[in-house]
Amino acid sequence: MDHPIGKPVPRKEGRKKVTGQALYIDDLSYPDMLHAVTVRSPAARGKITNITFGGDIPWDEFTIVTAKDIPGANYVALILNDQPYLADGFVNHPEEPVVLLAHPDKYLLEEARRNVALEIEPQPPIFSLADSLAKKQIIWGEDNVFKKFLVDKGNVDDAWANADFIVEGEYETGAQEQLYIENNGAIAIANETDGVTVWGSMQCPYYVHKALVKLFGLPEEKIRIIQTETGGGFGGKEEYPSLIAGHAALLAWKSGKPVKMIYDRAEDMVATTKRHPSRTRHKSAVTREGKLLAMEIDFVIDGGAYCTLSPVVLSRGTIHAAGPYVCPNVRIHSRAVATNVPPHGAFRGFGAPQSIFALERHIDKVAQTVGLTPEEFRRRNFIHEGETTATSQIIRERIDMDHLLTRALELSDYHAKRERFARENNASNGRFSKKRGIGFASFMHGAGFTGSGEVYLQSVVSAEATADGKVRILAASTEIGQGTNTIFSQIASETLGLDFDSIEIVQPDTSHVPNSGPTVASRTSMVVGKLVESAVMGLKQTLAGSGLLPEKYSESEFKKACADYIAKFGSLKTSSTYQPPPNVHWDDEKYQGDAYGAYAWAIYVAEVSFDELTYEARVEDFVALQEVGRVLNPVLAAGQIEGGVAQAIGFTLFENVVWKDGRMANNQMTNYIIPTPADIPPIRVFFEENPYAYGPGGAKGIGELPMDGAAPAILNAIEHATGISFNQVPLMPETLIEAFV
Amino acid sequence: MPPSLADALALLNTEPGVWKPFAGGTDLMVLLEAGKLDHRNYVNIWGLNELRGIDVTDTHVTLGALTTYTEVQAHPVLQSEFPMLCQAASETGGLAIQNRGTLGGNIVNASPAADSPPALLVYDAEIELISTRGSRWLPYNGFHTGYKQMTIAPDELLARIRLPRTTRGASHYYRKVGTRKAQAISKVCFAGLARIDQGHIEDVRIALGSVAPIIVRCVETENGLRGRASGAETTQAACASLSREISPIDDIRSTAKYRLQVAQNLLTDFLSTLKT
Amino acid sequence: MQTFNFKVNGEERSVEGFGMARLLDVLREQLHLTGTKEGCGEGECGACTVIIDGQIVNSCLVPLGQVNGAEITTIEGVARNGELHAVQQAFIDHGGAQCGICTPGMVLAAVDLLKRNSEPNETEIRNGLAGNLCRCTGYMKIFESVVRAYQK
Repeated sequence: MDHPIGKPVPRKEGRKKVTGQALYIDDLSYPDMLHAVTVRSPAARGKITNITFGGDIPWDEFTIVTAKDIPGANYVALILNDQPYLADGFVNHPEEPVVLLAHPDKYLLEEARRNVALEIEPQPPIFSLADSLAKKQIIWGEDNVFKKFLVDKGNVDDAWANADFIVEGEYETGAQEQLYIENNGAIAIANETDGVTVWGSMQCPYYVHKALVKLFGLPEEKIRIIQTETGGGFGGKEEYPSLIAGHAALLAWKSGKPVKMIYDRAEDMVATTKRHPSRTRHKSAVTREGKLLAMEIDFVIDGGAYCTLSPVVLSRGTIHAAGPYVCPNVRIHSRAVATNVPPHGAFRGFGAPQSIFALERHIDKVAQTVGLTPEEFRRRNFIHEGETTATSQIIRERIDMDHLLTRALELSDYHAKRERFARENNASNGRFSKKRGIGFASFMHGAGFTGSGEVYLQSVVSAEATADGKVRILAASTEIGQGTNTIFSQIASETLGLDFDSIEIVQPDTSHVPNSGPTVASRTSMVVGKLVESAVMGLKQTLAGSGLLPEKYSESEFKKACADYIAKFGSLKTSSTYQPPPNVHWDDEKYQGDAYGAYAWAIYVAEVSFDELTYEARVEDFVALQEVGRVLNPVLAAGQIEGGVAQAIGFTLFENVVWKDGRMANNQMTNYIIPTPADIPPIRVFFEENPYAYGPGGAKGIGELPMDGAAPAILNAIEHATGISFNQVPLMPETLIEAFV
Repeated sequence: MPPSLADALALLNTEPGVWKPFAGGTDLMVLLEAGKLDHRNYVNIWGLNELRGIDVTDTHVTLGALTTYTEVQAHPVLQSEFPMLCQAASETGGLAIQNRGTLGGNIVNASPAADSPPALLVYDAEIELISTRGSRWLPYNGFHTGYKQMTIAPDELLARIRLPRTTRGASHYYRKVGTRKAQAISKVCFAGLARIDQGHIEDVRIALGSVAPIIVRCVETENGLRGRASGAETTQAACASLSREISPIDDIRSTAKYRLQVAQNLLTDFLSTLKT
Repeated sequence: MQTFNFKVNGEERSVEGFGMARLLDVLREQLHLTGTKEGCGEGECGACTVIIDGQIVNSCLVPLGQVNGAEITTIEGVARNGELHAVQQAFIDHGGAQCGICTPGMVLAAVDLLKRNSEPNETEIRNGLAGNLCRCTGYMKIFESVVRAYQK
């Protein structure tokens, strides 16, 4: 295919997936392989006083690992290194791993797990963000706070006196389970001679690598991590695989045999990470003319028992908390706090859906207070090119939110529906009826790591040519369903003018694939894709520089040039290392500056119905309009948006984690409800294209954006339908009823 | 797997309580996998053709206990005369479950959240229990005596379900309330049937699921409604009566408050559809 | 242990096992047909969907003892002689598959739907696939793939 960028090129590994040939971690096995299970804490917090191995179990046949068997350091190396691989004397949350068991017979293993008794002397736990802030118990550090940020622009304190209106509000979001359909799993082979090799379902092979280097105290080259086909991640396989890979490897190390550890659904749901619950308080100063004078935002997330990624989640949520509006005075104070629940972690959006939910509900409230429509108020405050965000970042993109809003409202027939629904909702016939409403949210999402993150990462991508003229891309960025393989192939194919099928994507393997950074933060297309572009450009330049490739060439001339080069020099491989775009400055101390190289901008419009009979709210129609730079592949891009919106609809109206003493009580797919094919409304996706100078082919990041806007748009629509303001998600019928009965 | 029904009954009879009948597996396999069943011995009745088939006479429709939800939905007489049963079947799980799940299984699994029992109760179903000792027919209403408790002996097997063809001209009202549209476990399930005679409610029958330890036929509420004209006062009295007959609880799926209120709303809505 | 005989993708197979073993495990571990996936183990997600005697079922809920003499089709049996079924091709071309873990079950459910109903409307597609959960696509591209498959 000529010039594949911008075209609906079919998914690279599509055929394997539709025929059942794609091999996921549970599809692999090795001779003499043992299966493995984890014995977990029944208590939320306390001292482990005894571990007994009872029952009619042939314990001598089992490989048993506890904290004392760990050869290196007993922590999951990440940010603060506070989470142990195996609890050593003390547990800090329910389901914390304490003992690992391996045996060839997985049915006997299950019996054995039930016969390990942990005696725990309980200590008082805390389960809520409010209790943590109130320091009802100190369970972490001096004050239960993992991390705090302060963003301070202008002078908020002086603004209140000049305000015509001061509007306050409080907003809450709940935990959400990623619910990839493939559970977490890993297979490990480990011994002193060869070191440690782990295959697994994961997003970030080098995160696992870093963690296992510390866990085993081995040199980097002795640890090898290989990503197998991964059945969805959504952040849920960002940091957690370091834990399960380490567990499998510890058992393999001790037993000398291959060890497979696969979670079942109940274990995956009860023990692994979820989206951070949040509470946001807003206080806004506004003029009579509807201009924002000041915004004071207090944003708190519940990190669970260990720090893990909470500081980074908090950072993104903090930076997105003031949204695509221009306001001279902004103060955002944010904290990530500890509770005795399993650690919360990465989930698509990474803090931004939480703070954007609060903001976009609050903006509707402010508009109402001032006496403007949600539309008009936003138009008076949208940020424009040349204006500054909350972190004082000058927007250098040609962004026109007014135009986006106009187009989104047209596409959704917003004005006509807004008027018609209001009229029809008033005409009550005395029976239960369905009220209808329409609402929207406007937002932006920064792509790539925050601030100086990309500079620290120093990501590398390599490209190598083979003697038969194929080009192989070596990047640790993983395909997890979002389309990495296809996008990278498109970029390489476009850059080199080669056929799409001449590009091969090498399986991520830390033994010979360079670290292109983690597969997170909507960075794979925009940041790593750019490295793919420059790495393959290097191939072309090398061939041209050696006089083997003319300026204009055919596919066969390229193949011949590769063959000739390799015959002469042995191999042809080039690498490219991340270079920040010019004029990007970030101050980590003051949290001011260019937070992200680029933002995607969006308006999402939701139409809802509310059934007075059952108090159920449903989304009936959804319009998602976004500006994401250049669209590299329209089918994949729309698929990302549709999938993200569906997940966000789940977050808003379906997915309720029921907590009981710090443990998820509804850890089954039967009781934790995600939308089925019968539940998702038509999701209509539209793009505005505005090529970004520093993205490959003009692309910006896209993966997380669709998680941000649905929740506030839906609740804004519910307010339109019912006249009642709801400020928490998930908004279940059991909560909705409280406003009526 | 026993080769015939007689063999299955003989097995149940020689070692009563040891063997548990196993049909489509849509409930038992879940519990088994989750380690929630201690039972080791299952008698596979899935292949017993004696327990299959839908038989229609002038007065009754009789369904074999192994009739699947898919078969229920496809049957023309059930569609026209027992639409609530078809609707319940179409809202139980997804298609793969409907192909395997059986009406008999839905009854003896005895879940208070089962989808078809409210319809069966309202249709005055009778059930046949068989054993080597013989056969007995009993009204389905009263079969469940408490949470997961039923009047079935360890050697008995549920063989058939019989529905009297007395529904013509009646209004049928079935509504399952779950969080999602498909694959849901009900939070409240309402089945109602009534006939209007000269402006008065006659032959009214009401049953609810997920609001008590068993699926309940609301006899007191029915008695209060019979012979009255519909209207605000009637509805109010019926709702008050209904709230005495059900005993919803808080659990991981919903709240007592929600269930109680929605049950009353559904009753109200049902009554408002009756044209007196 | 007993011996059970049945056909899988047209081939006679004979398996030693316990009657209560899950068909899912038998297919994956004894017959090495790993295209059938486990998502939840309780008949909720549809990743383990296979076709038995012309009907889709959740293979995690079917005991081995109930498939003696049955004809089973798994995802490995949908393409014939290397030629993809129209549904499979449409899933590739129109974005019906992302991470791919629900795809085998989803494809089988779609193949079954089109066998019963050659031109399903949107509601029929939604209902036909209601037992198969996908977390990547938001279902839109799956519905489109089904429509494109029958339009071919």
